[in-house]
Amino acid sequence: MADPIRPDSADALAAIVAEAARDGARLRLRGGGSKDAIGAPTPDARIVDMRGFSGVVDYDPPELVLTVQAGTPLAEVQALVADKGQMLAFDPFDHGAILDGAVGGATIGGIVAAGVAGPTRVSRGAARDHLLGFVGVSGRGERFVAGAKVVKNVTGYDLPKLITGSWGRLAAITELTLKVLPAPRLRLTLGVTGLDPAAAISAMARAMGSAAEVSAAAHLQDWNGAPLTAIRLDGFPSSVEARAALLTRLVDGIAPLADEEAARLWPAITTAAPLPAGVPLWRIIAPAAQMPNVIPAINGAWLLDWAGGLLWLASADDPQAIRAAAMQAGGHAMLVRADAETRAIVPALHPQPNMLAALEERVRRAFDPAGVFETGRF
Amino acid sequence: MPAPDEAVLARRGEIVAAMRAIVAGEGVIDKADELRPYESDALTAYRQPPMVVVLPETTEQVAAILRWCHANRVKVVPRGAGTSLSGGALPLADGVLLGMARFNRILEVDYADRLVVVQPGVTNLAITRAVEDEGFYYAPDPSSQIACTIGGNVAENSGGVHCLKYGLTTNNVLGVEFVTIEGEVLRIGGRGLEPAGLDLLGVIVGSEGLLGVVTEVTVRILPRPETARALLIGFPEVEGAGRCVADVIAAGIIPAGMEMMDKPAVHAAEAFVQVGYPLDVEALLIVELDGPAAECNHLLEEVEKIARANGAISIRISADDDERVAFWAGRKAAFPAAGRLAPDYLCMDGTIPRRRLPDVLTRMCALSGQYGLGVINVFHAGDGNLHPLILYDANKPGELEQAEAFGADILRLCVEVGGVLTGEHGVGVEKRDLMPVMFSPVDLAQQQRVKCAFDPELLLNPGKMFPELHRCAELGRMHVHRGALPFPDLPRF
Ligand SMILES: Cc1cc2nc3c(=O)[nH]c(=O)nc-3n(C[C@H](O)[C@H](O)[C@H](O)COP(=O)(O)OP(=O)(O)OC[C@H]3O[C@@H](n4cnc5c(N)ncnc54)[C@H](O)[C@@H]3O)c2cc1C
Ligand SMILES: Cc1cc2nc3c(=O)[nH]c(=O)nc-3n(C[C@H](O)[C@H](O)[C@H](O)COP(=O)(O)OP(=O)(O)OC[C@H]3O[C@@H](n4cnc5c(N)ncnc54)[C@H](O)[C@@H]3O)c2cc1C
Repeated sequence: MADPIRPDSADALAAIVAEAARDGARLRLRGGGSKDAIGAPTPDARIVDMRGFSGVVDYDPPELVLTVQAGTPLAEVQALVADKGQMLAFDPFDHGAILDGAVGGATIGGIVAAGVAGPTRVSRGAARDHLLGFVGVSGRGERFVAGAKVVKNVTGYDLPKLITGSWGRLAAITELTLKVLPAPRLRLTLGVTGLDPAAAISAMARAMGSAAEVSAAAHLQDWNGAPLTAIRLDGFPSSVEARAALLTRLVDGIAPLADEEAARLWPAITTAAPLPAGVPLWRIIAPAAQMPNVIPAINGAWLLDWAGGLLWLASADDPQAIRAAAMQAGGHAMLVRADAETRAIVPALHPQPNMLAALEERVRRAFDPAGVFETGRF
Repeated sequence: MPAPDEAVLARRGEIVAAMRAIVAGEGVIDKADELRPYESDALTAYRQPPMVVVLPETTEQVAAILRWCHANRVKVVPRGAGTSLSGGALPLADGVLLGMARFNRILEVDYADRLVVVQPGVTNLAITRAVEDEGFYYAPDPSSQIACTIGGNVAENSGGVHCLKYGLTTNNVLGVEFVTIEGEVLRIGGRGLEPAGLDLLGVIVGSEGLLGVVTEVTVRILPRPETARALLIGFPEVEGAGRCVADVIAAGIIPAGMEMMDKPAVHAAEAFVQVGYPLDVEALLIVELDGPAAECNHLLEEVEKIARANGAISIRISADDDERVAFWAGRKAAFPAAGRLAPDYLCMDGTIPRRRLPDVLTRMCALSGQYGLGVINVFHAGDGNLHPLILYDANKPGELEQAEAFGADILRLCVEVGGVLTGEHGVGVEKRDLMPVMFSPVDLAQQQRVKCAFDPELLLNPGKMFPELHRCAELGRMHVHRGALPFPDLPRF
């Protein structure tokens, strides 16, 4: 296979894509490559390394807006905003570890293209909710601009939503503009042990539906040898204190965790670290109230994030059975990690019903008529 | 608007009969005097009675109407409550107006998963009314919330004064049932937090009725914050108010609402509702904070300090909820207050980077002199969304055109300083011809190709959003190697 190409201007990239479109060749966009192990292997696609697009374009903290080139390392972007007391509110995190890739390689463009969302998805939204605009190169080899660089905009179609989570199948993102938010002064995690999944989900729902303004809520099957339900409050100290008091009235037996433990817990949840390696890893999204029906239907180790709306599952069960259980609950299942053999036959993304799949296909052709970015990975 | 198709106009009788075969009785309106109420939305400068109005009640009827119109190449304009300020629901002389008002039922309230499933004709406020006894509410709150429908909100991606903290419609919708122009009924998104596959929901929200007809909406609801308090802060100059807004955010505070009014707006509002606004200020800020009492008290102090540091000359803090509501009453009455200053007004809706505010207001003032038309400014200060209200008299020959030209200049100015044409009201017919100010032909063609993926014959709401109607075949043209896709038969989709 040919070496990766590493363009550093949108014009150069546009020329590469246009040529590929003409020749019927395929391109696989790569940021840090931390997600290379997701989806079917794609031996005959030429890799385009997006890390040539690197650096901050504009950052004005009081405007809550940050414009960066897409290949900028995530760690660099996070350090930049943290320095101004701000954050990327959708909790991006480097998943290199669970995918046997190198940690620290993730790029901001890859994060957005993968549509990642950490535990605060339940309170602050996903990458889609924070991408304001982008510059991209479509599969036609044309540079185009979508969205804008201000926090509130409804001019034209919201293409930033569409590009988020598109896994490099619509266009190559070269530059993106994100909404940033002030980082909370204090984070406090409260925990209660010993709940079964149904009781945990109902406790989390009570908390989410209260004035406690929960930032994140998760339930682990096994944390230090027992089930743990963890609820996090973020904000100004006086506020967090008042809400913690409310929470202890709402959930029996809940009490603050030590800061060191909380600091270990949330990254572990985000990366599904407590689950065994070497087993296929699934990410099931369904309404939380339905999750107690999904869990007993499948063998494997699991943990629940998003107040029960996200199930990370390490299971060697039949993929069809796992997907059926997810659908039964009104949800869907993504295959995040598996050996190459499995990935070659089991699609990473949950297959869509026919009419929807046909519409998605038409939308992809609207960006990429020649299928340059259809590497067969998804 | 596109010139009416004479061949379609000539088939009016046949089209009305076809609609009657799908929707019985009063659900089809074709008499001239009964069509009149539908001839415009809230952008009343544009009027056009539709060929026929159809008011379906079921998704099956919507699908049958669209299927028939598609097969017969008849254009369709969806309509909710008709409160669009951009002419989004303006009818076509040769088109069917598809009114969704009869889809007015709340289908399900689910407190465990904190969501509500509604039909699209339900009003925005009705959702909050349905759940407030249990302590919940639906966050996006356009000022038109008593009247506007959730279907219209989805189409326009509407916002409100609380959207800096709680987001626009797009951040609060989980799923829709959606009918394509071909009459296919699709479920997009659902009750879970994320859909599988491409985020089509993300592009349907804000698509201004050009991609399909929404027949059901699932929205997230939130628990009511424990308390809400507001500050009313007067400044002797706009710069100080602008700096105050920036400093509040720099201090890590995201208020539930942060609104600014300029001096003419303050005077107009006070004359209209008499809530005790200070009249000796150049700019007035309303800052609302919500959350536990402990948090509100703390933040009120912080904001007060920041305001003083930026030269505030009057500060009032709401003692109770009645007073908080009174602070807002003037702001919420800004539109009718403008209506008392002049027979007509145009409401603009650009967004700018907030740091450019003083500059933009100065230049707007100069434009006002140049056009000889007054303007008052209300402003979602937290997110930079301007609402200049241009005052004019439609009965004076040429004044509407002058007001529109003034408005267009304001929007060009917004784009010039790094902002956008519309923050929440949509492009519609009003800003359609300004789209090239913000987007290149390549950018616009990419958006139109998305339209083509949903509606290749351009039958849904044509004449809105895009300055030119390109045929889809024209846009799609591209040399493909030997005329074939690289993977004609990939098995995995
Ligand atoms: C199922 C799943 C769930 C995840 N959940 C979370 C989470 O909850 N929180 C979290 O923080 N992280 C999460 N991640 C990790 C996150 O996806 C990665 O950290 C991020 O994608 C890494 O970026 P990268 O540069 O290494 O991407 P890569 O692995 O290089 O690429 C990722 C995808 O994006 C495409 N891509 C890369 N760059 C571009 C570009 N410039 N333009 C267009 N497309 C591009 C690629 O083609 C590929 O499809 C999750 C990952 C997966 C698979
Ligand atoms: C006094 C006043 C104050 C306002 N304040 C605000 C505000 O604070 N914030 C804000 O964002 N907006 C505001 N608006 C604008 C307006 O209320 C919103 O745009 C609203 O969402 C329109 O809803 P509607 O039901 O009236 O839709 P309509 O005006 O009937 O239609 C609007 C658009 O939606 C499409 N549409 C309607 N229903 C459907 C459906 N079921 N499926 C597909 N397409 C559909 C139509 O084709 C049209 O393009 C205000 C308007 C007024 C008159």
